[in-house]
Amino acid sequence: MIYTLCLVLFMVGLYGVLVKKNIIKIVLGLIIMEYAVNLFLIFLGYRIGGVAPIITRGADLVEFTKNSVDPLPQALVLTSIVISLGVIALMVALCIRLYERYGTFDITEMRRLKG
Amino acid sequence: MNIIPLFVALPLAVAFIIPMLSRKFKWFPDIAGNITTLILAGMSFSVIGKTGIYSMGAWEAPIGIVMVLDGLSVLLLIAVNVIAFASTLFSVNYMDRYTSKLRYYSLFLLMVAGMNGVVLSGDLFNLYVFLEIASVASYALVGFGCEHEEIEASFKYLVLGTVASAFILLGIGITYGSIGSLNMAQVSEQISLSGMNNALLFAVALFIMGFGLKAALVPFHAWLPDAHPSAPAPISSMLSGVLIKALGIYTLARILFNVIGVTDTILNILMVLGAVSMVIGVLLALGQWDFKRLLAYHSISQVGYIILGIGLGTPLGILGGLFHLINHSVFKSLLFLNAGAIEYSTGTRQLDELGGMKEKMPVTGGTSLVASMSIAGIPPFNGFWSKLIIIAACIQAGRPVFAALAVFASILTLASFLKVQKYAFFDKLKDKWKDIEEVPVLMRLSMVLLALLCIVMCVLLLPLLNTGLFDNIDILGPAVDALMKGTAYAVRVLG
Amino acid sequence: MTGMTLIVKRIARCVKSFIFLYGIYITLYGHLTPGGGFAGGVIIACSFILLILAFGKEKALERISKSLASELDSIGALMFLFIALLGILIGGSFFINFIQKNNPGQDFHLFSAGTIILSNIAIAIKVGSSLFMVFVIFAVLRVVKKGDKFEMIQTEMRDEE
Repeated sequence: MIYTLCLVLFMVGLYGVLVKKNIIKIVLGLIIMEYAVNLFLIFLGYRIGGVAPIITRGADLVEFTKNSVDPLPQALVLTSIVISLGVIALMVALCIRLYERYGTFDITEMRRLKG
Repeated sequence: MNIIPLFVALPLAVAFIIPMLSRKFKWFPDIAGNITTLILAGMSFSVIGKTGIYSMGAWEAPIGIVMVLDGLSVLLLIAVNVIAFASTLFSVNYMDRYTSKLRYYSLFLLMVAGMNGVVLSGDLFNLYVFLEIASVASYALVGFGCEHEEIEASFKYLVLGTVASAFILLGIGITYGSIGSLNMAQVSEQISLSGMNNALLFAVALFIMGFGLKAALVPFHAWLPDAHPSAPAPISSMLSGVLIKALGIYTLARILFNVIGVTDTILNILMVLGAVSMVIGVLLALGQWDFKRLLAYHSISQVGYIILGIGLGTPLGILGGLFHLINHSVFKSLLFLNAGAIEYSTGTRQLDELGGMKEKMPVTGGTSLVASMSIAGIPPFNGFWSKLIIIAACIQAGRPVFAALAVFASILTLASFLKVQKYAFFDKLKDKWKDIEEVPVLMRLSMVLLALLCIVMCVLLLPLLNTGLFDNIDILGPAVDALMKGTAYAVRVLG
Repeated sequence: MTGMTLIVKRIARCVKSFIFLYGIYITLYGHLTPGGGFAGGVIIACSFILLILAFGKEKALERISKSLASELDSIGALMFLFIALLGILIGGSFFINFIQKNNPGQDFHLFSAGTIILSNIAIAIKVGSSLFMVFVIFAVLRVVKKGDKFEMIQTEMRDEE
């Protein structure tokens, strides 16, 4: 159920990318998409009432694996957030340059490339 | 010492040494870039015929991150690093017109590091990280000139590329959710034990969409004809020559064949995608007058050939596909470098404004003739052999329709390149081009290098005749093996 | 750009060194508590961003010039690679934890996690200087440069985990 909501969020982002004409809104759509994926990854590893995945000395391993949340998706999300930081910074940089060149944020007016 | 991690570590290290040193020494980026790619090319030749598994930090396969070297990786490593060397050789003079060589080489080496990482990675998420490194560097390189068209193309490429990455990451997430592992070998083992389920099928669809976007297969090709011509010429040759293959075709083949395991449905999807790209790409290319844009459309078409060959799923088909992959990376890079050379001398890429370049630029003319013949499939050159194998494989697999489409696309390719040759090189020399000169010696050298490769590449087929004489240059055989053995990949990696 | 009012400047002057110190704390204790190189680097960069916001770009660029920031950027990345390569030289494998391999560290000490602390420091330098550069480039100079500063962070983060 909750995974479906992630997928809905993903689709909202995709809708933004495909339909909106303002390039800033396209960028926001991409950000929403990436966040939907990140949320999905976090949900994968989450367990209701789980404990933090840190083994203390003398802990019962069987008990621990039964209760702890999965730490791997958290690491993945951290990495993918950093990647999207880089991509989004580049994207915003390109938006500023596009605004400098064309004087507009409207993608339909940027039509130098055809064919 | 094991050299597998150095394929990634060396270009990364040099990419960060360059900005530190080149403020003091202006010549440093050129020298460092060229030497690095030369060393990488040498290293990639030294691993021919070898296989190996490298565990990062000595953590063994299912737990730690592994790098896996097998036949397919070797093939791609050779393609990436040889083309990278030719491109850096070409950039020494070509990039003088742009402002910042330091950033150019830095990004270039990051892109090479990313591609080497993609082809060596044995872990799904690690593959995604390297794919993003290569992609981000290429987005920045496409917009390197900072003019209207370049920024626009870069933005388009960036948006579609990020959408593709989101699809891929979602697919990886779903795979992790249903298997519980990210190591490709372990995923493959689990799938062969438990079989497919609906979630995995959805992941496969996402992978085909995501990697198809990166490989510019036809329903997803819109970014390529804008992005590839807008980049500086050496970068175009890297993008068209190896980037779409390392990030698109290699990953698609590796995940579908070795991790998920192919079924007839998947193979059919691949073949149809390949055939459609092959025909539509070449039809769109026919009407183009911008040299580089025409080449970009041909890239779509040739990628279609490769996917068609791999999608046949027979040993002969895969052999043809992979052989065409390495051939295409050589002759398409050469053609983009030719286009760059013409632009360097004349300042235009419009075919109808050019004419008679053969007299003024004999090296460019000659090498482009070799490359054109090669891409069009004229007998002595390498393109002929790979297309022949693909067509023969189509007939052998009982799919004459695809064979006919391949022949049809090949004839149209020939027509399109005859047009290029006639308008750009063989026509009468126009008055305004009286004073142009041949390009500098390093640019000529890199073009001649690639042209020679075009001619001698058919020796790669010799080891397959089982004469026992040429076993030390056997590149294609292990690569075909790696794909044909399918999910035996897991056994090889996990031991 | 002359900066904000006296109150803001005064408070920023008091707070900035504490923020910087907190960033270093987060970096050095990254292997024991939540945090680590990336978070610490971001906080270090924030202390300089606060300076820019309060005093204007000149004051901040006096302390750390753009060329110095980009040098630090490269140095951080190279330090990280150097640690990985030391793994080959000492332990025989890329990224091996060569400090802790044969002698497990004492709990809750600086080197109780081996090379992780060194990697955290390298990442903090890298992330701090590159985020500072990004902010300078975006918000203040309004001159856009290529996004070449970001790619390395990704591998670092991945490997840190």
